[in-house]
Amino acid sequence: MNTVVLLTLTGLGLAALYFLVASGLSLVFGLADVLNFAHGLFLGVGAYATWWAAGNLPGAGSDGLGFVVAVLFGVLAGSLVAVLVELVLIRPLYSRTIEQVLVTVGLSLAGVALLQATWGADPRPFPRPDWSRDVTSVLGAQVPNAGLLLIVAAVVVLGALLAFLRWTRYGLIIRAGVENREMVTALGIDVRKAFTLVFAIGGAAAALAGALGGVYFGTVSPGQGGSLLIFAFIVVVIGGMGSVVGSAYAAVAVGLLQQFVNYYGTSGLGDLCVVGLLAVVLLLRPQGLAGKVAHA
Amino acid sequence: MTEVKSAEVPAPPATVPDELTPGHARWHGLRPYLPLVALVVAAVLPYSTLNLPGVFEGPLNSPGTLQLLAICLVFGGLAAGYDLLFGRTGMLSFGHALYFAAGVYGTDVLITKAGLPLWQAALLTVVGGTTLAALLGAVALRTVGIAFAMVTLAFAQVGAILVARDFGGLTGGEEGLPLDVSGLPAGLVGVTNTVNLYWLALAYLAIVVLVVHRVSGSPTGRVLAGLRDDERRIGVLGLDPYRFKLVAFTLAGGLATAGGVVYVLIVGGASPHITSSELTLSLLVMVVLGGPGTRWGPVLGGVLYMYLDHRLTAFGSSDAVNNLPAFLSHPLSQPLFVLGTVFILAVYFFPGGLASLRTRLTPLLTTLRPRR
Repeated sequence: MNTVVLLTLTGLGLAALYFLVASGLSLVFGLADVLNFAHGLFLGVGAYATWWAAGNLPGAGSDGLGFVVAVLFGVLAGSLVAVLVELVLIRPLYSRTIEQVLVTVGLSLAGVALLQATWGADPRPFPRPDWSRDVTSVLGAQVPNAGLLLIVAAVVVLGALLAFLRWTRYGLIIRAGVENREMVTALGIDVRKAFTLVFAIGGAAAALAGALGGVYFGTVSPGQGGSLLIFAFIVVVIGGMGSVVGSAYAAVAVGLLQQFVNYYGTSGLGDLCVVGLLAVVLLLRPQGLAGKVAHA
Repeated sequence: MTEVKSAEVPAPPATVPDELTPGHARWHGLRPYLPLVALVVAAVLPYSTLNLPGVFEGPLNSPGTLQLLAICLVFGGLAAGYDLLFGRTGMLSFGHALYFAAGVYGTDVLITKAGLPLWQAALLTVVGGTTLAALLGAVALRTVGIAFAMVTLAFAQVGAILVARDFGGLTGGEEGLPLDVSGLPAGLVGVTNTVNLYWLALAYLAIVVLVVHRVSGSPTGRVLAGLRDDERRIGVLGLDPYRFKLVAFTLAGGLATAGGVVYVLIVGGASPHITSSELTLSLLVMVVLGGPGTRWGPVLGGVLYMYLDHRLTAFGSSDAVNNLPAFLSHPLSQPLFVLGTVFILAVYFFPGGLASLRTRLTPLLTTLRPRR
């Protein structure tokens, strides 16, 4: 029983990390049809900015309120980079999907190399609050606090995103744009402003994932985003492109499946099961659990 | 800018067609043989002791230079094979590294662990890799567009996981698997025989270019081009897009597997980084830099990319770069930063890649040429 609770909670922690990366990816893909390979870069920027702020920014630190300031700085940096990428690189290639994918591919290669050039290829110890190293007893299982922090953050982000999409004017435009972009444009609304907004939100969520992932793993390295990105892609496809709720369901399914199979089967088998799940979902329901069909 | 200038140039006397001017006639007569000439030049290159300081570390016939050239040639062939998917059929596959890795690890495991002779191992691997491509392609091609890219990416990820987790101790995990050379033909082993490996790589490149050229010139190739331009229309014509795409996917997979067989001989072992999605991404970069859908563009892109990838490391640690201020020298010492930036610029400013340079430069040259 203890093991099951522990595995469930750590699986949910992993799912939270996937969701934070996937929600932005999913929105960007749903609205702008951009498959964003540079999303891992936003994550890396968030992680490194938090790491830098904790050591150098006045008022920020690795504990208490200082840590919150550092994470906020990281999120802001990730969001800023995402907006810059959208404005400078993606927008001129509007509606040329393949070129946009190619640009983000180049950006992911160059950006990660730039992080590596600036801070080295080796993992750096991440400044984390002391309480995040402890464990909390939940139903008899000793669960690491960092995982719980991730779950709480993901739930808050999910709630905020849903509220934003449901009850604000821009949320309405984004939802309508995912459904039918041409119609929204025809109604005289500048969808491209919504693109920038979606990039900012996605970048912020990814940067948050980077910062909290740094707390979870204890280190930060340039390649971290890339390895998470592939699973985030799988989550997006399973959940259905453009659906935040679908991403959340898919992230939970993928995280739990991975954690349980990796524990009860051989290590690595869980990763294979996730890919198997992807193949099954795509063959039976190509549009994902809750999304629109991906067109060529 | 050039267009404004060219308007001032009086229209050239169009009476004499190109073929009738003596110089052009000779040129046009020679053109079909140019690839053959290039092949012969590349084949006799190892006999030259020419020293190109700055371009290569040693003279042309030194083993180090020949190995670098051989790797470049293999990747030229790989890029040409990948172009069959991306440039000629319009399929964005993110899993091409899987078939290359199948060639590398398949040969390595069959020779080192199972003790098969080279020709049996190579044959089995190529057949196996082609079958794998056919099977996975049959599943992946049920989706289109971005979903197809995702599925191929996921399949390639399975390959990477299988290799990294080292199931049954076959692949050597993170450390890779050095090739057991004791059973290989003597001509392919040792530093002095690097030249044979170079010729092997050249032969591989020539075969790939020939195959891709023949396929794209055949009726099948025209259907593939049609699929790239308008898939629905091919369907309306009564042809089955699925079947043609599967043919292209299988063929490209088989060519990549063969490339892996050659690569493992050149490098003398397998390492897990070749299974990563980064390899597929760099194939994509090669094709786009060279010019997708052209005969020589991808080859050129592949050769140049691998050359730069190897040489930029040396360039990055050279004095010229180290003397620059830190904010310049650090990024420049990362080959991927330079290549990624060049790639982004190419997508913006050279959509046709290197192969389109000539058509792009011709108007400029005609404008600049002094009037007679």
